[in-house]
Amino acid sequence: MALFNLHKNTFKHGIHPPESKDETNGLPIRQFPFAPVIILPMAQHIGAPSQIMVREGQEVQRGQLLAKATGYVSVPMHAPVSGTVRKIANVPTISGKMSTGIYLEAFPSSTQEILEGKPIDPETATPEEILQGIQNAGIVGLGGAAFPTHVKLKIPEGKKCDTLIINGVECEPYLTTDHRVMLEQENDIFTGIKYLLKATGAQKAIIGIEANKQDAADHLAKHIPNDLPVSVQVLPVKYPQGAEKMLITSIMGKEIPSGKLPIEAGVVVVNVATTAEIGRLLPHGRGIQERVITITGPGVKKKGNYLIPVGTPLRFVLEQVGVDEEISEVYMGGPMMGVAVSNLNISIVKGTSGILVFTKKDVGRSPTIYPCIKCGACVDACPILLNPSKLGILAKFEAYNEMASDFNLMDCFECGSCSYVCPSHIPLVQYFRLSKRIVRKREAEKKEEVHA
Amino acid sequence: MLKKTLDISSSPHIYKGGSTNQIMKNVVWALLPVVLFSVYSFGLNALLVIAMATIASVLTEHVLCRLSKKESTVSDYSAVITGLLLGLTLPPSFPLWMAFIGGVIGIALGKYIFGGLGYNVFNPALVARAVLQAAFPVAITTWHPAFLPNRFSTISSSVFTWPFMEPTFDAVSGATPLSAFKFDGVTTSTAELAFGQISGSAGETCAVIIVLGGLYLIARNMMNWRIPAAVLLSAFVLSGVLYLINSEVYPSPWFMLFSGGLMLGAVFMATDMVSSPITPLGLWVYGGIIGILTIVIRIWGGLSEGVMYSILLANAISPHIDTVIKNRVYGTKRKMKAA
Ligand code: SF4
Ligand code: SF4
Repeated sequence: MALFNLHKNTFKHGIHPPESKDETNGLPIRQFPFAPVIILPMAQHIGAPSQIMVREGQEVQRGQLLAKATGYVSVPMHAPVSGTVRKIANVPTISGKMSTGIYLEAFPSSTQEILEGKPIDPETATPEEILQGIQNAGIVGLGGAAFPTHVKLKIPEGKKCDTLIINGVECEPYLTTDHRVMLEQENDIFTGIKYLLKATGAQKAIIGIEANKQDAADHLAKHIPNDLPVSVQVLPVKYPQGAEKMLITSIMGKEIPSGKLPIEAGVVVVNVATTAEIGRLLPHGRGIQERVITITGPGVKKKGNYLIPVGTPLRFVLEQVGVDEEISEVYMGGPMMGVAVSNLNISIVKGTSGILVFTKKDVGRSPTIYPCIKCGACVDACPILLNPSKLGILAKFEAYNEMASDFNLMDCFECGSCSYVCPSHIPLVQYFRLSKRIVRKREAEKKEEVHA
Repeated sequence: MLKKTLDISSSPHIYKGGSTNQIMKNVVWALLPVVLFSVYSFGLNALLVIAMATIASVLTEHVLCRLSKKESTVSDYSAVITGLLLGLTLPPSFPLWMAFIGGVIGIALGKYIFGGLGYNVFNPALVARAVLQAAFPVAITTWHPAFLPNRFSTISSSVFTWPFMEPTFDAVSGATPLSAFKFDGVTTSTAELAFGQISGSAGETCAVIIVLGGLYLIARNMMNWRIPAAVLLSAFVLSGVLYLINSEVYPSPWFMLFSGGLMLGAVFMATDMVSSPITPLGLWVYGGIIGILTIVIRIWGGLSEGVMYSILLANAISPHIDTVIKNRVYGTKRKMKAA
């Protein structure tokens, strides 16, 4: 059958936005200064917020446990700096909601040494011990999703994981976080893979990297340890290849059934920076205190890839790198799926992969919206092969149920490709986000009625 | 010090650029050579007719927007396209007042009552053309020879007929290649057809210029190549098969391709995005229907030309094509059942 294998090493449709990575992809990762006060929200991952274990006035050492996981889908939080717990209060988060949090005042002249914990040996530890270790380290998906990694790695009863895919695609324009991590932290990545293979029982690991990071692919391929079943696969550049489902299709040529998880196809996908973090922390039993973040965009003076303590206030970050007078929008994450910041008092969280600063003239949104002319550009862009044009028209008529039942609304993963290409500047994905929320709410209400 | 207030917006934060209004503008650019050739071959008559249809369309769009207290949508250029296309499908010596009515009808009945741009089911220019054909059957089938020596100095008397008066046509009148074939059994050479040395509607006579306009739009990604490809291919294949069966009765496929309004229709009318399907397969089906119907009407129907009705019919079923033919959604087995 190999003769008829028309698999093209990539998924269907997608878009090619300008990559805009040149300004930072050559800059090595640099340590960011410690902010005088760190503000740590407890809700910075998907799942239950962590539960605070320290009291106001207490002195803590860098790496010390500050808050424990509340339940299975939750992770603990560690002190990003040595200092004093000044206040426990509500702190702002990017969603606009407040979350319980800790104000941690750094000791001015501390060496900021990191506390060690109980190491986990990849050779002798059981899969359960590794998963526990990953949870204890407070690790969540660093690609942006911030979903607790140990939950994702848990193979459900009756399922088997054959392949571990390491996601080094970084398809969002501007971001070069994963790129630098792959160039500079190969040992951590391979150690992480060792843990992950053991935890999932996968036979092999494939690192997926887009062709615009050929140097990283070559670098990793050159350093693969002899005893590790890892290969590197270079993929053509296309957004949103970093989305789990798209990446699996690109690498394996198969699709994940609608509404199902990658494990249906015997695959687990882990972001490359998350993998490096696992490889770095578990041998020392440490918790996560900092992460690599690309700070870039036309409004930033000192662009770069920085290692920044979790909880560093955004205002401090921007003051350090220097921003244009005319900044008008700041995004956390990339320009395609990143979230606009309304308030500079929020802090860096574990899921922050990039900070992007745009001035007025960089904001590409057009003020004029034309009617849908059915040009089909959105249909040719949608990686899920939906019909955003039709969905957009239905959304306008508030036909949310029809959108979900007849036009697969719930399969939309909000990549924004449709909005990106639409010549009529219709805010398609913006409509779909809202529509999905309404459909989910209606379904929840229906369930409640049944139970009542 | 950092600014206090930031703008917030929902992702994506970057856009491809380009706009609907730009696409429309480019269609106008692509149509201009067709208009120029029309004026070159038919003279002042064609100029007046095309200008009148366009002015009427734009005016109607503007007035209707004002009446419904909306901002005028004239600047999106779609009314200009409707007017130009209508003008190009009319005989060059068509009475101006009728062309004016056509322009009004195209926008009002072809587009506005459906809800404006984007919601129209039919190509507005063809709606206008169909109404004119029903209302003024004689005027719309009275052709005018091309390349008359006095075409830049005189205007046919029919052009200036008073409104609601029967036009009197000048004695000279050129049969189109299609009617010559249909009613007299005479075919015209392909070269004459391709380079517009013939009689016909104002803008349908030079296939080469039409194709170049289409290629320009396709190259700029502003036209879906599948539509003209499907229309022309299906028309060519069907007429080719018939020609092979009996070349005495049926004309050559080249003649079919280059005569009448097929080229103009395939490139500029069937490709109206709003009234055509949205998936690649749907576009092939849609184009195929137009090509086949055109040949069927031309050969077996009572009319010499079938492009207009074929496109209108395909417009009508285009929404249904979209309900039946959908892309298979990622991670699902079958296509969704027809809604
Ligand atoms: S890209 Fe925009 S205008 Fe084109 S079909 Fe999609 S929604 Fe309509
Ligand atoms: S946002 Fe949704 S509908 Fe739009 S392209 Fe992405 S998956 Fe498709």
